[in-house]
Amino acid sequence: MTTERTLSFTEALERFDPTLGLEVHVELNTASKMFCGCSTVFGAEPNTQVCPVCLGLPGAMPVLNAKAVESAVRIGLALNCDIASWCRFARKNYFYPDMPKNFQTSQYDEPICFDGWMDVTVPDAEGQSVRVEIERAHMEEDTGKSLHVGGATGRIHGADHSLVDYNRAGIPLIEIVTRPVTGTRESAPVVARAYVAQLRDLLLGLGVSDVRMEQGSLRCDVNLSLSPAGSGLLGTRTETKNVNSLRSVERAVRYEIGRQAAVLDGGGSVVQETRHWHEDTGITTSGREKSDAEDYRYFPEPDLVPIAPDADWVESLRARLPEPPRERRARLQEDWGFSDLEMRDTVGAGALELVEGTIAAGAAPSAARKWWLSELARRANEQGLELGDLPVTPADVARVQALVDEGRVNDKLARQVLDGVLAGEGTPDEVVERRGLAVVSDEGALSEAVDRAIAANPDVADKIREGKVAAAGALIGAVMKQMRGQADAGRVRELVLEKLT
Amino acid sequence: MPDISRDEVAHLADLARIDLSEAEIDHLAPQLAVILDSVASIREVAADHVPPTSHALPLTNVFREDVVRPGLTVEEALSGAPVEPEQQRFSVPRILGEEA
Ligand SMILES: [Zn+2]
Repeated sequence: MTTERTLSFTEALERFDPTLGLEVHVELNTASKMFCGCSTVFGAEPNTQVCPVCLGLPGAMPVLNAKAVESAVRIGLALNCDIASWCRFARKNYFYPDMPKNFQTSQYDEPICFDGWMDVTVPDAEGQSVRVEIERAHMEEDTGKSLHVGGATGRIHGADHSLVDYNRAGIPLIEIVTRPVTGTRESAPVVARAYVAQLRDLLLGLGVSDVRMEQGSLRCDVNLSLSPAGSGLLGTRTETKNVNSLRSVERAVRYEIGRQAAVLDGGGSVVQETRHWHEDTGITTSGREKSDAEDYRYFPEPDLVPIAPDADWVESLRARLPEPPRERRARLQEDWGFSDLEMRDTVGAGALELVEGTIAAGAAPSAARKWWLSELARRANEQGLELGDLPVTPADVARVQALVDEGRVNDKLARQVLDGVLAGEGTPDEVVERRGLAVVSDEGALSEAVDRAIAANPDVADKIREGKVAAAGALIGAVMKQMRGQADAGRVRELVLEKLT
Repeated sequence: MPDISRDEVAHLADLARIDLSEAEIDHLAPQLAVILDSVASIREVAADHVPPTSHALPLTNVFREDVVRPGLTVEEALSGAPVEPEQQRFSVPRILGEEA
């Protein structure tokens, strides 16, 4: 592996305009495979979820999964695509051991969804958005997984042979392909990342996929080309395969911009090829030269009949689409009165649904955000958990805040109530009861405690009598200490001032 | 009259990962040309009013419900493997010049 020369990002952009293209493969979360009844559960023992169809045994016949077609159409509708009234599968012929049939059943010139778009919000750019046009979203099947043995690194170089597990072969995939995205200039890396992130959220909202990049259920290929700045031309592109984290998408775009700029700057020309992304070093290296489409010798799949989605059915799916994540966020931000930063932090912490649920259960938006983003985020972080995995519900959090609002607990006690809930001691009310956490609302006891504090601190009491109200803090502190924190500090303050002014 | 060149045969062999000698290419190219000729004769009967089709029956939307059904056991799945399986997986020759 040789490291190629790269130009700095700034220099590269002075001379060239980048054009992006993204191909995202998403594994659907259907129970069974695309063309057979084999299970799709992730992580099963090798070759335990296979049958004659997905092993490509002679005579086996595929039958299309209805749910996969429905998911494909819903994805297309969510991406503002037209839905084909009639389309077919095609055989994409190539010979590689991860594809036991020696062809992949895919769609070629008749994709089920085409001509769509998604408006992508660019982070750190003042609410600016970029319209990414979707060329097509088509159905296909996943391949098996190869393990290269005999080599040192598990990669193919130096391997004696490969071992193949076909559990993944035949899992339904949707390939979503953008049109070239131009004019993003220095934002190209963040636009690429934001597109994949937003697409992931959209797919999650549709409930059609687990969209777990680390498990490979969402995979991204990054196409990039450069043209001389201001020329409006399209340069030769490279396709960087398997860029499988959001951060890597951004890094891969940035790296290819610098690398291609150095090639062109040195008088060379970019080779149209597949490139491999190296997560560890953050670079791409040359793979095979890209086959021409004609080398795949596509032809209509004779074993599957055409798909003709009924227009009324498509409309009924459209009517039942969930609100798109971007619109939903804008609406919630407005409803809740959050600043851009507060909203971004809420989303970034994975707390959107939790905060929404807490507000729905009666808490004020700012209080809901405060609990999840400070107190609970800290605890989740300490335990290495996602916020949503903490054993506390939005309703619990709303109840804790209600206890504060009712004056039954103060902030400090409220945190102890949460401790109890997180420790599995029951609902907030049960924890208050069992731990005896309610603030003392017995006026007589409070009044006596205030009197004792005044007697013990005559100097402070004198200052307050002279009008130095700020000194009251010391007496309030003394009272709270006597009451072991189980008092309403606001009420204590009122009592102190009543007695001394 | 379709014709197929030696280069095209060599390219197809390459795509199909079949190692052909020069002599074999010379031998196969004319044979493939005959097959192409035979298939091309269909064009003579396909008139303009006959739309191209990929299926003999006018069927659409043949689906199955998304229900898991038992497939093969590992032993059954691996029983036809030409090479002794390892780690419950099919063993295949490495592919040169490409990376999965
Ligand atoms: Zn199967």
